[in-house]
Amino acid sequence: MLNTDISIVLPEIVLALFAMAALLFGVYTKKDKVAGPILWATSAVLAAIGIWIAMSPAGTHTAFNGAFVDDSFARFAKVTILLSAAAVLLMSADFMYRRGLLRFEYPILVALSAVGMMMMVSAGDLMALYMGLELQSLALYVVAALNRDSLKSTEAGLKYFVLGALSSGILLYGASLVYGFAGSTVFSDIIVSAEGHIPLGLLFGLTFVIMGLAFKVSAVPFHMWAPDVYEGSPTPVTAFFATAPKMAAMGLFARVVHDAFGMAVADWSQIIALLAVASMFVGSIAAIGQRNIKRLMAYSSITHMGFALMGLAAGTALGVQAMLVYMVIYVTMNIGTFAFIMSMEKDGVPVTDISALKQYSKHEPLRALALLLLMFSLAGVPPLLGFFGKFYVLKAAVDANMTWLATAGAIASVIGAFYYLRIVYYMYFGENEEETLDGTMAPTQWVFLMASAAIMLLGLVNMFGVDGYAAMAAEALVK
Amino acid sequence: MGVADFAFYIFAISAVIGGLFTVVSKNPVHSVLWLILAFLSSAGLFVLLGAEFVAMLLVIVYVGAVAVLFMFVVMMIDVDFAELRGQMAKYVPIALLIGVVLLLELSLAFGTWQVSNNAEAVRAAIAPDMAEVTNTAALGQLVYEKYIYLFQTAGLILLVAMIGAIVLTLRHRVNIKRQNVMEQMHRDPAKAMEVIDVKPGQGL
Repeated sequence: MLNTDISIVLPEIVLALFAMAALLFGVYTKKDKVAGPILWATSAVLAAIGIWIAMSPAGTHTAFNGAFVDDSFARFAKVTILLSAAAVLLMSADFMYRRGLLRFEYPILVALSAVGMMMMVSAGDLMALYMGLELQSLALYVVAALNRDSLKSTEAGLKYFVLGALSSGILLYGASLVYGFAGSTVFSDIIVSAEGHIPLGLLFGLTFVIMGLAFKVSAVPFHMWAPDVYEGSPTPVTAFFATAPKMAAMGLFARVVHDAFGMAVADWSQIIALLAVASMFVGSIAAIGQRNIKRLMAYSSITHMGFALMGLAAGTALGVQAMLVYMVIYVTMNIGTFAFIMSMEKDGVPVTDISALKQYSKHEPLRALALLLLMFSLAGVPPLLGFFGKFYVLKAAVDANMTWLATAGAIASVIGAFYYLRIVYYMYFGENEEETLDGTMAPTQWVFLMASAAIMLLGLVNMFGVDGYAAMAAEALVK
Repeated sequence: MGVADFAFYIFAISAVIGGLFTVVSKNPVHSVLWLILAFLSSAGLFVLLGAEFVAMLLVIVYVGAVAVLFMFVVMMIDVDFAELRGQMAKYVPIALLIGVVLLLELSLAFGTWQVSNNAEAVRAAIAPDMAEVTNTAALGQLVYEKYIYLFQTAGLILLVAMIGAIVLTLRHRVNIKRQNVMEQMHRDPAKAMEVIDVKPGQGL
């Protein structure tokens, strides 16, 4: 019994053991001198486990009395999480090293947080959900405050920690109400506990759980922490926040609402639709006033979470598929954009003001072109890949008879296009001031920027087959 | 009203009072003392429920270790609690409003509370039969067998917490003298000391 259980969670165990071995290695050798090798090894292990999971045979397995579910939905999310975490680690090495932040604990904490994210998307039990969530969040709180001599970084870490603890409390309260009603924390028991009419107590529990999860994906009105945390954290950490944890939280969101509350689609669908509309509009409108590119990306991620939630709000398999495709495209775009943001510096000091990008195309035409593609794609301009992500979720909403939601999404994306296009305008037509960016780009950052921009174009052909895998994953989740 | 009922009300009331004064008392040291009262009362409630092992854990771990640690922390750190409290006073009205709204909503949920038809059966199916094993053994079976996955994850979470505490606070200072025991033991008195015969009126 235990042997089969362990063989199902083997990828998680391998990653956790690797993190512990790397920790011992770091402690017993020359401390931060080995940080570089540990970082490269960690991203190699993350990518290797990602490929291992992608290659593993299809089918649904559960372990530990239903607490852990390994199905194609979990595998799809895990591959995205692991590969994006590996990519962010690789491109962050140069930035962290030059700012004296490359400590050997950093890749280890990222690896442990990835273990938490894998547990989140595989959760089949309210307790397993909470444990995965805490493992992931606790590691993220620490890396947010990694630059401990900077007031903003420590503030980011503290703010994230306090608000994260509050949201965990709300989520746990909801989980206790659900347990009180169903008498079990296993999703497969919860879904059969109520038939037809959903009693008020269970509805309260569901709402509280959704509130806790909405905090983790930074959906409006639980988004207050995101801009401050994104701004204060070191840029590579911000890049990490904007990619893998978002995928994990959306995966967990879909997992909970479909696996545990699949009998109450109409009830949660309206809550999620409201979160989606609020996120799309607040994210688009609030970003207009931002001059700091990291804060701007925080609002951008809020908007994008709104679109992903729109797919989820549809409550259908097509909606889940659209959400997964959207998240993969979003993560790819963000890796490229943050590779660029990490390279923004003048005289060795990181620059985050977007007016520093004026006339950038004159100095670095190729990089400016890549950023232009990414910005157009983030804005959802056809025919780039970002447009297809938006198209998928809008289609899912229309198919689920939520035309009003799709209309709102289209309006919000037009508003949101303004601030992406302003960056492009600055790069090509901005009034020239003397302060432009200098400094070269690290090779890894250059590669990820160019690869991400190229994917935005090349992905048009068949999306590299991602939508097919997403469809399989969605089928496994929505029965 | 039997003795058990009477004990329940005593413990329950003192737990609530302890919790309340933990929050409102002005002196943080008093807060910790009230917290200890709340822990002890909850331990009493556990005894009444027949869970002696959990009750003893609460007393030993929380009262004996955690609360004492808290006590040291609040006595050692230099935080102006009065100022923090002053800032908090600004938010009391809005906090009270939200609290009352939440309370009303929850009482609504509580008023119409109902459980699933088979909730009791599902709930009972998890725990081993209490007639056959003591509750410590039952707890062990749950934690180390049924919920081994969660137990190990809790271990990982604690590991992350430990790494985090070290990453954020430990500083290696370079210019300080450290004790080197081996060096001290291998010191040779003959080399360490030198006897100089100072002639009067000349100095060194």
